[in-house]
Parts: sequence; C-alpha cells; structure tokens
Amino acid sequence: MSQDSHDANRHEQDRHPTHAEANRPADQDASEALAERVRRAHADRTPLRIVGGDTKAFYGRRVDISGVGETLSTSAHRGIVHYDPVELVVSVRAGTRLSTLEAALDAEGQRLACEPPHFGETATVGGMAAAGLSGPRRPWAGAVRDFVLGIRLIGHDGTQLRFGGEVMKNVAGYDLSRLMIGAQGCLGVLSEVSFKVLPKPAATRGLRLAMPLESALERLAEWGRKPWPISAASYHDGALHLRLEGGAGSVAQTAGQLGGDTLEADYWAALREQRLALFTDDDPRPLWRLSLPNNIPPLALDGDVLYDWAGAQRWLRSDAPAATIHAAAARAGGHASCFRGQHGAHPDEPFAPLSPVLAKYHQRLKQQLDPYGIFNPGRLYEAL
Amino acid sequence: MNILYDERLDGALATPDKGSVLADLQQALPDMTLLHRAEDLRPFECDGLSVYRVLPMLVAMPHTLEQVEILMRRCHALGVPVVTRGAGTGLSGGALPLEKGVLLVMSRFARILDVDPQARTARVQPGVRNLAISEAAAPHGLYYAPDPSSQIACSIGGNVAENAGGVHCLKYGLTVHNVLRLDVITIEGERMTLGADAFDAPGFDLLALFNGSEGMLGVITEITVKLLPQPQCAKVLMASFDDVGKAGKAVGDIIAAGIVPGGLEMMDKLAIRAAEDFVRAGYPVGAEAILLCELDGVESDVDDDCQAVRRVLEAAGATAIDQARDDAERARFWAGRKAAFPAVGRMSPDYYCMDGTIPRRELPRVLKGIADLSEQYGLAVANVFHAGDGNMHPLILFDANQPGELELAETVGGRILELCVEAGGSITGEHGVGREKINQMCSQFRPDELSVFHAVKAAFDESRLLNPGKNVPTLARCAEFGAMHVHNGELPHPELPRF
Repeated sequence: MSQDSHDANRHEQDRHPTHAEANRPADQDASEALAERVRRAHADRTPLRIVGGDTKAFYGRRVDISGVGETLSTSAHRGIVHYDPVELVVSVRAGTRLSTLEAALDAEGQRLACEPPHFGETATVGGMAAAGLSGPRRPWAGAVRDFVLGIRLIGHDGTQLRFGGEVMKNVAGYDLSRLMIGAQGCLGVLSEVSFKVLPKPAATRGLRLAMPLESALERLAEWGRKPWPISAASYHDGALHLRLEGGAGSVAQTAGQLGGDTLEADYWAALREQRLALFTDDDPRPLWRLSLPNNIPPLALDGDVLYDWAGAQRWLRSDAPAATIHAAAARAGGHASCFRGQHGAHPDEPFAPLSPVLAKYHQRLKQQLDPYGIFNPGRLYEAL
Repeated sequence: MNILYDERLDGALATPDKGSVLADLQQALPDMTLLHRAEDLRPFECDGLSVYRVLPMLVAMPHTLEQVEILMRRCHALGVPVVTRGAGTGLSGGALPLEKGVLLVMSRFARILDVDPQARTARVQPGVRNLAISEAAAPHGLYYAPDPSSQIACSIGGNVAENAGGVHCLKYGLTVHNVLRLDVITIEGERMTLGADAFDAPGFDLLALFNGSEGMLGVITEITVKLLPQPQCAKVLMASFDDVGKAGKAVGDIIAAGIVPGGLEMMDKLAIRAAEDFVRAGYPVGAEAILLCELDGVESDVDDDCQAVRRVLEAAGATAIDQARDDAERARFWAGRKAAFPAVGRMSPDYYCMDGTIPRRELPRVLKGIADLSEQYGLAVANVFHAGDGNMHPLILFDANQPGELELAETVGGRILELCVEAGGSITGEHGVGREKINQMCSQFRPDELSVFHAVKAAFDESRLLNPGKNVPTLARCAEFGAMHVHNGELPHPELPRF
C-alpha cells in the first residue's frame, strides 16, 4: 500500500457527507494554517498562547508571552466534520462553538453527557476539551476525557497527528487523546476532537429537599449504593438539589419516594455556569474548587461552601491561606485549585503542587512533546 | 515476518551474562523468589497467546513493594529489560518474555486491601482477579463493571495494563473509565501515585495514559477502582436473523432508538453452532446470526426498553425473538456467548482470535470482506462481536500441525485488521497490541505518530527497559513491514479485493 492510498483509506470517514457541512458555509478547515503558525513558532522558538473563545483565560496560571510570544486562535478552524447519531460519535473542529455542537446534538435527541461548562457564549469545543472541566453529571456519567474517542493534534514541529479515532474501543498505542484533555494546551494544539455522545433520557425531574447538610451527605452516601436514576446532586442554602434522569417509570417512582419541591428547569445550567449566588455575589474572597473522594464530611475551613457532585466537588469562598486549603484537601484524599483570586484577580499559583516525582515526570513529558516550550508555557505549572 | 523480538528491527538489547545478573539479584534480593532453571522457567514462556513462546532469562516473583523497587533499580543499573506479567491470560502476547530479560510476575500481590461501601471504591493489589472484586463488593450491593470474558482468571493489574473491556463496555465503559487511582513503580525504582481517590487529580492525566500502556511506562502496584450499584434487574432478548447484514443493521437501529443496552452481542452461524454443541444454550442453529441484547436498570425502565427493542428487532426482520423468562434462562443465553471461544476451540485444533473495531455502519461490508478472505485462503472464520461497540472477534480456525497453516492464519488475521483500519476502525479494541499486532500498528499509525509514542515512552523509560518491543513498533520494523507487505500483496492472491 502506498503512503498516499494508506492515508486516503485511513481518513475514509472524512468523506462521508454531513448535513453540518452543507448547512454552515462558514465552516472551514484551517488546520494547515494553524500547523504553519506552529511551524513558524517552532522555527523561531516563539511561545504561543493558544485560545479558542478565550472564555477560560481565568483558569490556570497566566501565560505571560508579552513581548516574546503570540496568540494562536483556533476559532477559524470550525465545523462539525462528521456526526452520525447511530454511531453515537461526533467529530468536531476545535474552533467550533460549544453551543453549535450542543445544538446539533440536541436536534438528534443526543448530548455530551459530561455537560461541560461554557463560561461564555464564545466557548469552543477545543477550549472545553483542553480545560477538561465537567458539569454536575460527572460522578454518574463520566468526565470530558471519558467521552473522548480520538483527537487530531498539531505537534511542536507543526506536524498534524491523529490519535484514537471514531470507534468506541481502541487500545492501539498510548492513549494520547485522553492525555490531552485537561492538559490546557501545554502538550500540543488540539485541532479536532471525536466524542462519544449519548441519547437524552426519556424523563428528567429536578427536586429540592430542605434538610441539614449532615443528613444530605448521609443520604447521598446511602443512595449512591442504590440503582436510582440520580444524575446530579448539590447542596447549599439549607437544601439538597437532586436531578433524576432515566425512563419515565423510574424517574416518577423515585421522585414519588423522595418527595420535596420541584426545582426550576434552568437550575443545573446556573450551577454549571457558576451563576448561583456563591459565584456571583460581590465577594472579594478567592473561589476555590475542592475535588474530594465520595463521603467526606465537611472540612474545617473558614468560608462558605457549595457542595456539588454529591459532595465530591466543593466550591469554597474563603480567605484561608492557600497552604491551609491545599493541606485540608490533601488530608481528605483530594486536592484544591484556586478558580478565582482575591477580588476576582488571576491567581498566581492556582493548582495544587505536585509531588517531586510526579513533577519530574511532568517535566520530562513536556520536554519530550514540546522541547522548546512553545505551547502555553507556564499555564499549568511554572516549570511546564 | 517473525513476530518474536528481532534486535535488528526492534532495537539492540544489552547481552548480560545470566550468571552475573542472577548473582547480582540474589545478593540484592535474598528473600525474593528468583527462578533460573529451564524447567522452572518453562511455565512462564507464554501468556494467553500460546502460539508464541520464549523462555525468559529469569523469573522474579516478589511479594513486597520494596522488592519491586530494588528489582527495578538493579535492572535499570544493569540494563536488563523487565517484562511484567499478571495472570498470563492476555491474548496479544503483551507478557511474552524476552530471552535477555527478567519476567516480573505480580501474582503474589493478590490481596483486596479495602472495600469502602460508603465511598463506593475498592483498593486492590494488581494480582487480584477481576471477578474477585465484584464478589467482595457484592455484600454491599456493589460491583466492578468491566467484565472481560476471562474475568474468573485475569487479574486487575493486567486489566489496567491492557485497558480491558468486556460485554458491558458500551454502557459502563472500559477499564480506564472505572479506575480512580494507580500506584506505580518506575523503572528507576520510584513510587508514584496517578489519579486520586477523588474524581480528578492535578496535572496531566497520567492515569489515562497508563491505562492500556502494556507495562511500557511503569509497574502497577496498587489500583483503586470505582464500584457501581448492582442493577435492580437485567433482562435479555435473543433475536435470530436469516442474514448477517440484517442483524448488523438491527444493532444500529437499537442505538438509533435512543437505547443503550447493557450488552449487545452478535454471533454468526459457525459461532452459534459451536456454542450450541458445547453448552446447549438453546440457540437457533439454523439462524445465520443472533443478537443478544441485555437491558438493565430499574425494572419499569427495563420493561419499557424491552418492548422498544422488540419492536426494533421485528422491524429489522428478525425471524424469532425470545426473551429469557427468568435468571436461569438468561444465564443460559449468556453461557453460549461466554463459552464461544472454547466452543470454537472444540471444532478446530487451533484458532486465532482477532480484536478489530469498526464503526458499526461498516459491519456488513467488513463481514463480507472477512467471508471473502476465508474463502480465498481456505480457513473457516467464526464471528463473535461486541456488536454494540463495533468490536469484532473473528476466530480463524486452523491446524498448527499442518505446515504453513499458522502463517496462513496470521496472514488472514493481518488482512482482517487492515480491513478494520480501512473502515475507519482500529486493530485492537480490548486485547492490546502486545507482540501480536506490532506489525499492524504500522498500518494504523504514520511514522510521525509512532515517533510521538516513542517520545512518551522516553519520558518514563528512556533506556527502553520496560517491556521493549511491545505495543509500539520501531520505525525500522515498519519500514521492513511496508516493504514485505507490498511484496505479499503481489504474491499469493493478487486477485484479493482491497477495501
């Protein structure tokens, strides 16, 4: 087989017609232009700040490229390349707006089950994947990385690479696709992502149950061992908020057993997009995200807490020193990250420090995949 | 092209003196079992892919983590390769030993350290059997979801190394979706924790990277897995078809109806007959194909879905639809599928199991291609699939005692994998590349992409001592394979259609 016919075959699925391409003349494949920019940056050793819709610039360390670097925007590389609802697979160019993807899935009765936050209208699929943040359904359905089947990536020398694919199961080679999710662009430029998508459930119901925090955490631990159709659980302002999703029978039956009040339909989007009071109040204190094991009691930290993920993700408004918060999260078996600094400022060192041995292998991996440090230098940690 | 390690193509290995390595390790690890006599090494010469056998230089059987650390440091210092082995049930030769290497057997790490029903996790050592985790969790109404067919024997460490699947992947995911945390020891003898007891951890997702890395990046010493609540009920439908293509289309129709079954399996005529002869599952031996569709969850939802699936199957032209009346019948329906490999094994002196994945829509076309290959090469092929996620297990029947038949089976297998790649799929869905599919990796990936894999390897194991020669081929091997491949294509059957 010649290299040419080999490539044509390998990318055979790209030739399938897609309704998305027909309907959106603005869609375009700008991957070669992106790759060319990376090739130039590689040649000149120019650091690049990679952006999609630039809605998550607050997340992570500041990429300081002033005077030496350039911003690389993926937003011109957009469009749904391939969507086949029967295969439960969609492949999307990185610059495609997340809202565009979600609308296309919605039209077929499907969705991204990890319900990633947008944090702005211009949020792109590439930015969502690079940030790797998941919404309220995460403990039950899985994280962004769990739904990634394959990627196209622009490597440090501008080579266009493909890992994974559009099939549900694929264990050929190392899992570079999932490695890139949450890597915040530090290892390469994501140019396309293939996701597993899922049908929307037949029934959904939101409930508000007034109860003390301790009772809520106890019940969540107990319900976690039952095959109930719970798909989100948060606690704040004296009430447990639950989302039930599944067949009409199981949702009605569980809702009947639980009682409580009906929750407004847009509550979960408000939680996901951080529009609830804890996030929006004119509060000068930093906003922390704690990621903890299931079934951890309230931590002894000063501040206000909103419990999501049945308690496994906690949002904390606190003036406590960073070291205190990191230590408390670590003692509980998890970690903390600073989402927003004092008065909403950019935090200097948002992420929990890595152990020396982990830090060493992070640096080695960065050195191997981005030897000149051109991709989002310092976004995750200073040394990466 | 020989599949065994070839230093000319796979990279030079140090040639240590066995006696001095043995003396060094015996001195450093006086309390560790270290096998060195040929008769003691013999049981470890192969894994589940038994057509390939190599006697390792030494077999190390540590029982403490300190021993693993010291072993790694000594092997690193001596430049001796280390191949890690779990239960030895792998089907791709991932634990095939090296004659110049140490085989590290992790089977003595076989303790379940903790089952936490409140947090719904289990912390286990790598040698714990897959099924033993679910058995330990069962009193709490919980289970560990991934269920490879070998689950009574395979160990969780190997499951992680191969990112093992099973019949319930479409709904419940692969190993990577069900592991929270790994403790590993590097080739330099350092301990490292990847992931966390929480749902995520800071930094790069090395947890995902290590799942399916085939023992190439580190030695897995402890695993924390997620446990799920046992479904309230499970019901299974068996549909018969007079045409394989119709059965394949029905699979897509079920998904298109918005239903994600717990399991959705397909078997063709030869597999049906083999299974029926073996376990008397009650399969329709006259059918060209059957689908087994399991629906699980809350009873009222399962009943609704059973009705919906039944309607889809009728519309798709099923000639018969049977629903298991009780758990005993449900177990019998599954027994045939779970015994499909050994059942085929009874029909033929040897069989060769493939593991390609394809987009579901390509199923009829790829099946036709497999049937054509079977006819052209004169080897029967039985087809068993995880149809729901497009993972095919064609079983190529052959007789290794007939000169040339193994090579013929390998050729047919290689062609089938290329069909999968050309259809937009992958050469391996759940068995791993190991040594078996090392050449087909050259079809799936371009040199640029293979170089990125080598770079990842170098970040964790610069001196290429962990399981060298597995998972990712050298560019030299691919160059050789490419040259051979064209040559082969011209030789015995130039009339073969290429898809």
